[in-house]
Formats: sequence, C-alpha cells, structure tokens
Amino acid sequence: MSFAFYLIAALTVAGALAAVLLKNTVHCALALTVAFAGLAFLFLQLDAQFVGFAQILVYIGAVAILVVFAILLTRGSETPKDGGIFSRTWLVGLAVAAAVFAMLGWAVLQSVAGLPRATPEPTVTVGDIGVALMGRYVLPLEIVALLLTAALIGAVIVAMHEKEGSK
Amino acid sequence: MTPLTGYLLVAALLFAIGLAGALTRRNAILVLIGIELMLNAANLNFIAFWRYGPHPEALTGMMFAIFSIAVAAAEAAVGLGLVIAIHRHTHTTDLDQINRMKG
Repeated sequence: MSFAFYLIAALTVAGALAAVLLKNTVHCALALTVAFAGLAFLFLQLDAQFVGFAQILVYIGAVAILVVFAILLTRGSETPKDGGIFSRTWLVGLAVAAAVFAMLGWAVLQSVAGLPRATPEPTVTVGDIGVALMGRYVLPLEIVALLLTAALIGAVIVAMHEKEGSK
Repeated sequence: MTPLTGYLLVAALLFAIGLAGALTRRNAILVLIGIELMLNAANLNFIAFWRYGPHPEALTGMMFAIFSIAVAAAEAAVGLGLVIAIHRHTHTTDLDQINRMKG
C-alpha cells in the first residue's frame, strides 16, 4: 500500500462525507466533485486509464454540472426552516448504513487469505478496449446507446413544462 | 493488508456513506448524490477486482465499469429531471413533505 493510495483514499472519503453532511446543497455538489475526482485518481492508480478519464469526463464534466443545475433550478440551496437537513428517520438510516458497512468490512477482512497479493501490471491499451467494445461487447454497446437516447428523451419530456390545463 | 483489501475497504466505506446520505437526507437531490456515490463505490470494486484478478486481459471488470458509468449517467439525467418536475408541481424538494404519488 503506497502513500499515494492513502492520500487519495482520504481525499475521496472526505469528499464523500462532506457531500452528504454539508448544510448548503451547492457545497454538497462541489464536495461530490472532489469525491468523483478522488475516485478517478484511484482508477488511475489501478492502471485503468480509460475508466479514470471516462470518470473525469462523465462525472466531473456532466453529472456534477447536472446536479448543480438541478439545485439552482429547484432553489434547493435554501436550507429548510423547520427541523434540519436530515429526515425524521435519520437514526434508522444511519443504523442501516453502519450495519451494511460492518457487514462489507467484515466480509472483506475475513476473505483476505483468498485474495491475490501483488500481480503484475496488466498491459491493456485503449486500443484493446476499443476492439473488445466493437467485438465481444458490441451488443451491450448498442443497448447502452439505445438506453442513453431513451434517457435523454425521457429526461427532456419529464422536465418539460406542463401545458396549461393538461392536469 | 494487500492492495486489493485497501481498495475494497475504501469502496465499502464509500458505499456506506452514500447509503447513509440516501437514507437520511431530506433534499431529493442529496438522495440522488448518495445514489451516485454508491454506484461509484461499486465501480471501484469492479476495477479493483479487474486489476488484481487472475485474467485482466479479458477486460470483464473494466467493461462492466464502463457500462455502469453510462447507465449511471442516464440514471442521473432522468432522476434530476424527475426532481425538477416534482419541484414544479409541489414547489418543494423536501422528501418529508412529498409523501403521495397523486399530484
């Protein structure tokens, strides 16, 4: 485990924590961007260059901006006057999340013996990924293209203004 | 601690943080942020297992992560569109107040 891994992991977890804990939703969206960037660095550390840069393009470039737009369109940065930023059943939610983390952490730590130690760096180029996408994975690629088109049209239709009297 | 264990623990922690956010926040957009964090944690698992698995040249985990990123982007677009539509209808994104499906 290198020093860089601990640094990036701490950055990612801190960004994620800030994204769910901060009061102002715009600050949450910016912290989420930090978490996404940390994840992209983790992907690069894992020698997955293509996924790392796709993460930067898709998440930091598109999803984070989309979240900021949604926050500004819904005036969501205003903190609610009554209660706080957390739901009435926050204790149950926190307990469920803690239980899930305990379960996952226990499973990971228990299975250490069966996990491989250091493996040689895989020599996979972006060209190999392109060949695989056009060969073995061409059908999923087409389905993803269809899904993205449907999602684009669906999002526009859902968010489009309702006509007067159509209710 | 092997490298894979470290990555899996970070992914588990991110998943738990995302789940806690999705379950406890009142703002619908923050719930979507929590869901995005969970999807990213799953992606980190895929990439970590691809890197330290026996056959990285088969690209299975990598492909799964790429398609997962595409599906997550579609999910984010539709989810945020829904939040905007609900806000236009009820003038709130507070999930404690949005408690019926009929408009």
